[in-house]
Amino acid sequence: MSKEKQKTDAKMVDIVIDDKKISVPFGTMLLDAARQNGFEIPTLCYHEDLSRAGGCRMCIVEIEGQRALTASCAYPITAPINVQTTSRRVREARKTTLELLLSEHCGDCYSCVRNGNCELQTLAKEHGITQLPYGHPTEKSRVTETLSPSIVRDMDKCVDCGRCVRTCKELQGIGVFEAVERGFKKEITTFQDKPMAEVGCINCGQCVNRCPTAALTERDSIEEIWAAINDPNKHVVIQTAPAPRAAIGEEFGLDPGQAMTWQLNTALRKCGFDKVFDTNFTADLTIIEEGTELIQRLYKNLVQKDASAPLPQFTSCCPGWVKFIEHVHPEMLDHLSSAKSPQQMFGAIIKTWYAQLNDIDPENIVSVSLMPCTAKKFECNRPELRDSGLKDVDYVLTTRECAKMIRESGLHLPSLPPSDFDDPFGTATGSGVIFGNTGGVMEAALRSVLEFVTGLKVEDIFANANILPVRGMEGCRFAEIKVPDEVGPVPELIAHLVPNWDWLKGQTVRVGIAHGTKNARKILDDVAAGGFFSTCHFIEVMACPGGCIGGGGQPIPTSPAIRQARTDAIYKEDMAYGAKSVRKSHENPAVARIYKEFLTEGPCSHKSHELLHTSYWPRGKFIGSW
Amino acid sequence: MNIRNEVTFASIRPKDGLTAALGKDRDVVVEEVLRSGLKGRGGAGFPTGVKWKLAAEAKAEEKYIICNADEGEPGTFKDRVILAEWADLVFEGMTIAGYAIGAKSGIIYLRGEYGYLRQALEDKLALRRTEGLLGDDVMGKKGFSFDIHIHMGCGAYVCGEESALIESLEGKRGESRNRPPFPVSEGLFGCPTVVNNVETLAWVAAIFALGPDWFKHVGTEKSSGYKLLSISGDVAHPGVYEFPMGTKISAILKAAGAERPKAAVVGGASGILVPAKDFKRAICFEDVSTGGSIIVLSEDRDFLDILENFQEFFADESCGQCTICRLGNVKLLEGIRLLKEGRCTTKHLQELCTLGSSMRAASKCGLGQASPNMFLSILQHFKGEVLGRPQADDHFVNKRKAS
Repeated sequence: MSKEKQKTDAKMVDIVIDDKKISVPFGTMLLDAARQNGFEIPTLCYHEDLSRAGGCRMCIVEIEGQRALTASCAYPITAPINVQTTSRRVREARKTTLELLLSEHCGDCYSCVRNGNCELQTLAKEHGITQLPYGHPTEKSRVTETLSPSIVRDMDKCVDCGRCVRTCKELQGIGVFEAVERGFKKEITTFQDKPMAEVGCINCGQCVNRCPTAALTERDSIEEIWAAINDPNKHVVIQTAPAPRAAIGEEFGLDPGQAMTWQLNTALRKCGFDKVFDTNFTADLTIIEEGTELIQRLYKNLVQKDASAPLPQFTSCCPGWVKFIEHVHPEMLDHLSSAKSPQQMFGAIIKTWYAQLNDIDPENIVSVSLMPCTAKKFECNRPELRDSGLKDVDYVLTTRECAKMIRESGLHLPSLPPSDFDDPFGTATGSGVIFGNTGGVMEAALRSVLEFVTGLKVEDIFANANILPVRGMEGCRFAEIKVPDEVGPVPELIAHLVPNWDWLKGQTVRVGIAHGTKNARKILDDVAAGGFFSTCHFIEVMACPGGCIGGGGQPIPTSPAIRQARTDAIYKEDMAYGAKSVRKSHENPAVARIYKEFLTEGPCSHKSHELLHTSYWPRGKFIGSW
Repeated sequence: MNIRNEVTFASIRPKDGLTAALGKDRDVVVEEVLRSGLKGRGGAGFPTGVKWKLAAEAKAEEKYIICNADEGEPGTFKDRVILAEWADLVFEGMTIAGYAIGAKSGIIYLRGEYGYLRQALEDKLALRRTEGLLGDDVMGKKGFSFDIHIHMGCGAYVCGEESALIESLEGKRGESRNRPPFPVSEGLFGCPTVVNNVETLAWVAAIFALGPDWFKHVGTEKSSGYKLLSISGDVAHPGVYEFPMGTKISAILKAAGAERPKAAVVGGASGILVPAKDFKRAICFEDVSTGGSIIVLSEDRDFLDILENFQEFFADESCGQCTICRLGNVKLLEGIRLLKEGRCTTKHLQELCTLGSSMRAASKCGLGQASPNMFLSILQHFKGEVLGRPQADDHFVNKRKAS
C-alpha cells in the first residue's frame, strides 16, 4: 500500500503474515485477515455464525514479541504485527491438541454418521495424526441420549468446542446447553443433565448443523422406512419440501445453490417409494387457509371490533417456532394461526382424500416427508396431529438422511434424469416453493390476499409478482403494503366469510418477519409489551436462520454464504414457475379441485378445520416430553 | 497470625495515605504511582501506574476498581493476613485508585474460603461510611463519591485470573476471556476496569503515606519496594514475612529456618522450582518473580509426590474451556503416575515434555500456561531422581513386600 493511500485511509493497519505484507482494516480479526489473504489456518470451535470463543486452540499462531501463542480467531488487529502461522511451536501445539481431543473421543469413524464430513477427522488427517500417544477410548463411557424425537446426543463424541452452547444461546435465544463442572469433569449438558426432550429444546437442530463431530445428530428413521418399502402390503408415499431440494446436491459434492427437485423424484422412485408428491401443494393450501384466517381476523378486529382472535396473526407452519412460543409466551398462543403446517396438512389429506380416490386402506399407507428440519420429526409425533384417525405423517426424513438413502441405493443424484411429481397433487406453484426461505410465507400470502382483495393481478402491483419489501436476511423485518383505493368483488371461494372489501380500501397492511428464534423472541416480547410490532397485522416466524433453507436437517456445513446460495436457488425455482404462470397459491388447479371435490364448504370451514387446522399446548415453564 | 518479622503496613497510620492522595490532582496521583515503580503484587508484575493511566484515559460513564482477593495459589496466604490485619489500607488503596481513574465503585472479590473474614470487613466498611471515608464526597472532597462492596467467590482457582474473575462477577462461568480487549478498556460489564491484588492496593496506601520516593528507593532497579511472602513447607517458622525486593532466596530461607532444603517452590503450584544450588537467586521481577509463596522442600521429600499433588490440583481446577489445559493436565497427571510406578517409557516422557511446552505456549490463560512449570522444572533439575523407579508389580518389589 502506498504512503498516500495510508494517509487517506488512516484506519488500515499494515501487518506481516508469514513474510507477506498485507494491509487490513483496523480491528479485523487475525483469522479473517489471514483467510482473506489465502493463508490456511485450521479451526474447530470457530464458526462463522457464532461469537469467537478462542477455546479449542487450533487456530493459534505466533505473534512476534508475544510469549504465548494467540488464538487468531479472537485477536483483533489494532497495531502492526508480525505473524507466523506455521512455526514449530504452532505445529506441535496443534498436533498435541488433536492428540488430546482424540484421547477422549470414543467411536469408530467407519460406522459414524459423520464419516467423511467430520471436522475432527479432517483435522486429524490434515495434521498427520498417525499415533495416539495419549490413547483412544474404545468403550463408551456415557449413555447415548435418544429420548428426543428429533436429536440424538452422544457425549462420547463431544469435543467440548461449545458451538452448540453458543448456537442455542446466540442464534436461537434459548440456552438448552451449558458447560458444567470444571477441569477434566467439565462437560456440556442440559439443565440438571435432563434428556433434551425434557428441557426447553424446540428441536430446531441448529446445534446439529454446527456440531463438528457426531455428538449431536438427528434421530434417524431410515431403517423404519426401508422396512416399510420392503413390505409389499404397504403403500409408501413421500412428500418433498422445497428447501431440501435446494440443498441436497451439496451432499453429492455440488456447490450450494443447485436445486435437485426433478432428479430427486427419480431417485426416490428408484429407492422404492410408491408415489412422490410435492409439499408445495399443501403449502398452497396453507396459504388459502391461513390467508383466509387472516382476512377473518382482520374483519373481526377492524370492522366487528371483536378481539377474540387477536392481531397480529402469527404463522404456524414452523414446528420449532410453534414449540418456542408454547414455552416462551404461552399466553399469546391465540395469535398463532390455527392452520397446520404444509407437512401435516398433506399427511391428513393423503390418509383421507387420497386414500378415498385411490381406494387404499389408510392403515396401509406409510406417509413419509422429506424436510430440511429435525423439528418436523417432533411435529409428526404430536398427539393432536392424528386427524385422519391415524398418525397423519409417519416418518420425517431430513435432507441428510435422504441423501444417505440415495447413496445406500447406489445412486448418484446429480446424474439421474429428471421426472415429474405424481398426481393428483402434481401441479405446484412458485408461492409454495418460497416457503423455503425467510419471508416466503409472507410473500406467498400477500400474493394471494392482494389478488383476492383488489381483483387485480399482483404483477400489476409488484413487478414480476416479486414482493421485494418482505425479502432479505435481516433478523427482524417490517414492511408496509398499501391496499389500493379500488377493490374488487369478494371471490367465490371466501364469499361466505366477508361481505365486501370496502373496509380495506386504502388501508396499509403492516407485516413483520423474523427468522432464528432469538429474533422471534424480540418480536414476541415487543408485541407483549405493546411495542412497534404489536401494530402489525401478520407476522411470519421461522425458527431457523434464513428459514427452512437453513434448517437443522440440511447438509452440513452451513454459513451465511451457503444459506444465501440456497435462497437464490429457491427464488430461481419460483421464477421458473413464471413460464407456466402459476406462481400464486389460489391459482393452483389442484387446490381448486380439492375445494370443489373434498373440502366443499371452502377454506376455514367445518371440514377444513377438522383436517387442516390444529390447536396448541400452553407449555410455559412446564417442561416435559409433551 | 504468624507474622514473622516487621511489616511496614503495621507502621502506616490509617487515613494518612488517603488524605495525601485526595489533596492532589487525579493525574498527579497516577503520576506518583508510576514514579513509585509499584508493580502488581499478584505475581504478574504489571506496572500498577500504567494500568491506572490506561483506565484513567479511557472514556466511559462507569469504571470499576476490583480488588482481587481470590488468593488461591497453593502456599499463598499473605493476602489473608493483610485483610485480617490491615484491611483499611486495602480500602484506602481502592479509594485512591477510584479517585485516580474516576471510578465510583469498588468491588472486593473475596475468595470463597475466606468467607469468615467477610463480617469483619463489612463492619470496617460500615465504619468507614460513617466516618465519611466512603460514600458521597469522600473526606469532604466535592464530587468524589466512592463505595466498596464485597462479592464472594465460590472456590474456583481460575477466578483469580482477572478476566475469569470479571466473568464470574458478571454472573457467568469463571472462564478467562480472549485478550485484547484488556480489562482496562473493556472489563466488568464492558466498562474500563482496574483489577489489583490486595497487597498492591495496600502498598498504594503506604506509598501515599510515606511518599513515592521512599518506595522507589527500596528494592532493585526494576522491582521497587518490599514484598510480603508466605513461607511454608519444611521450615521451622512458617508464616508471613516482609523482605525488600531483591532479597536472596538463601537469606529468606535462613530467616524462616529451612530444614535441609533440597529445593524451593517459588510462586506456588504454578511457580517454578529453584534447586538448592540456585538459592543465591533473588526474589524480584528481574530474577525469580512470585505472587508471594515459597514452599520449602527438604531432602526427605519425593518430587513425584509433590508433582502429583500439584497436578491433581490443576487437572481439577482448569476451567475446562481450552482443550490443551483441560486435557493436558490430566495427561500430565497420568504421566506422573506412570513415572511413580516406573512405567513411563523414555518415548512417552519425551511426548510429555512436548505436551508441557505446548501447554505453556498454547493455553488461553495463565493457568494452563503455568501449570506444566513444575513438571518441566523438576525434569530439568532432578531428572535422575524421577526416572528409574522400580515397577509397582516388579518381581523384586513384590517379594520385598511379601517378606
